[in-house]
Amino acid sequence: MSQDLAPRPVSSWLERQRSLLDFTLASLSRRTGKNLSLLAVYALVVFALASVLLLTESLRAEARAVLAGAPDVVVQRLSAGRHDLTPADRVEPLAAIRGVRGAVGRRWGYYFGRGSQANFTVMVPERFWGAEGEVVVGEGVARVRAAAPGAEFPLRGADGHYLHLTVREVIPATTASVTSDLVLLSDAAFGRLFGQPADRFTDVALTVPNAKEVATVAEKVTRLFPDARPITRQELTRTYEAVFDWRSGLTVVILSAAVLAFALVAWDKAAGLSAEERREIGILKAIGWETSDVLTVKLWEGAVVSLTAFGLGWLAAYGHLFLGGAPLFEPVLRGWSTLSPARRLVPAAGGLEVLTLFILTVVPYTVATVVPAWRAATTDPDAVMRS
Amino acid sequence: MRRSDAFLLVLGLLALLLELAWVDAAERRAGPEGAAVRAAKLAMVRRLGLTDLCLFTEARYTRHPSQADRFAPFQDHPQALEHFPSGSLMAPPPLPELPADPAPSAP
Repeated sequence: MSQDLAPRPVSSWLERQRSLLDFTLASLSRRTGKNLSLLAVYALVVFALASVLLLTESLRAEARAVLAGAPDVVVQRLSAGRHDLTPADRVEPLAAIRGVRGAVGRRWGYYFGRGSQANFTVMVPERFWGAEGEVVVGEGVARVRAAAPGAEFPLRGADGHYLHLTVREVIPATTASVTSDLVLLSDAAFGRLFGQPADRFTDVALTVPNAKEVATVAEKVTRLFPDARPITRQELTRTYEAVFDWRSGLTVVILSAAVLAFALVAWDKAAGLSAEERREIGILKAIGWETSDVLTVKLWEGAVVSLTAFGLGWLAAYGHLFLGGAPLFEPVLRGWSTLSPARRLVPAAGGLEVLTLFILTVVPYTVATVVPAWRAATTDPDAVMRS
Repeated sequence: MRRSDAFLLVLGLLALLLELAWVDAAERRAGPEGAAVRAAKLAMVRRLGLTDLCLFTEARYTRHPSQADRFAPFQDHPQALEHFPSGSLMAPPPLPELPADPAPSAP
C-alpha cells in the first residue's frame, strides 16, 4: 500500500511539468492581447516562409521530374550573339558525331495573338498527328481563344494574310504545366505562318543514349560548328534549380525584411523583460522557486508561443498552396502573362525542409526567451524586485 | 479542465493536422492520380521534345529560360531594367560549362 502511495519519479516529473505549464499559461493569459498579437505575427512569418519553401520545392520537383524527358542536347546556332536559325544541312553532321544516336531539326517559335493579347508557343512536332490545316492547342490557348475542337483558329501570317486553321483537339489540362500555351501544327503550316524557308530549323535536338558522353558530344558540337550553342539536359535542369532557388529572388528579399522585423519584435519582447516580468521572477525566487523552475517556465513560455505559431503557420501555408490554389501568390506567378497555365501544385517538401524551417523559427525564439530570464533568475531576488 | 490539458489538446490537434497534411502530401505525390499525371507530362515532354515548363508566358526568356539568349532580359540596352515581374523570381541561369576555345593553329 505504502509502495503505491510513493511518488513515481517519471509521473512526478510529468506532474511538475504540467503544473509549470499551468503557471506559464496563466502568466501568458495575463497579457492576452500582447501575446496573441505576437502569436499572429509569428504565425504569419512562418506562413510566408513556409509558403515560399513549399512552392519552390513543388515547382523544382516538377521541373526535375518532367524535364527528365527533355532532349539530351539542344543545339542552337548563334549569329552576332543572338539565336539564329540552323541550316538543315547541319543535321546530318550532328547525327554523325560519335555517341549521338539521332539528330532531329525542330521548328518552333512564338506567336503573339493580338485579340487575346497572349503569347503562344507554336511548334511542329516530329510526327504531327493532325491533318493539314489543323492545329492541336494547349488548355491555356483554348481558354483565351475560346476554342474547342472543330472551331476556327485563324492566325495572322508573317505576310499579313490569315491562315485559316481548325482546332483538331485540345491537349488535356493535366499536362498544362508543360503544354498550356502550345499550338501544334504541320511543317507546311508553320512555314506559311512565319515565312521561314523550309531548309532552316529553329534548333536541332540530339539523342545521346550514354549520359556520360553528353559533355563530350557538346564539346564536339562546338568544335564542328563554332557558332553553335549546345544546351545539355543537365543545363536545363540546372537552369530550373537556379530559377527556383528559394534563397534568391525578390520574394525572399521582401520576406527577409519581414523576418528581420519579426526578429526585432521577438527580441524586444523576449530579451527585454518588462518590469512586471522581472518583479514576477523576483517574487518567485523570494518564495522559494529554484532558478531551474523559473527557466523551465520561461522555456515553456517560448515553446507555447513558437510551437503554436509554427503549427498554425505551416498548416495555413499548406492549405493556401495545395488546397486553396495559392491565391496570394497568383498575381506574382501570373506576372504580366495573359495566358497563365492552370496550376495544380503537388507538395514536394520533405522532412529536411520542415526541420530547417522549424530550427530557424522555433529554436531562436525559445532561446531568446530563456536567456534574459536566466539573467534575472540568477540575480538576487531583492535586487531584481528593486531594479 | 486544467489549462495545461487544454493546451496539450490544442497542440495534439495541431500535430494531428500536420500529420494529415503529411499524409495528404504523400498521397498527392505518389498516389495513382499524381503518378498518372506525372507520367502523362513526361510522355508529352518526350513526344514533343519540350525543354521548359510553361510557367510564365509573358516573354520569350521567361517562357523558355533554358533556351533564351543570355542577354534576353537586357536586350534593349546593356543597363536596361528587367521588364517583367516574374523576372524577380528567377535568378540568372548558371554559366554553361563550355569547353575552352582551342588554341589557334599555325597557318
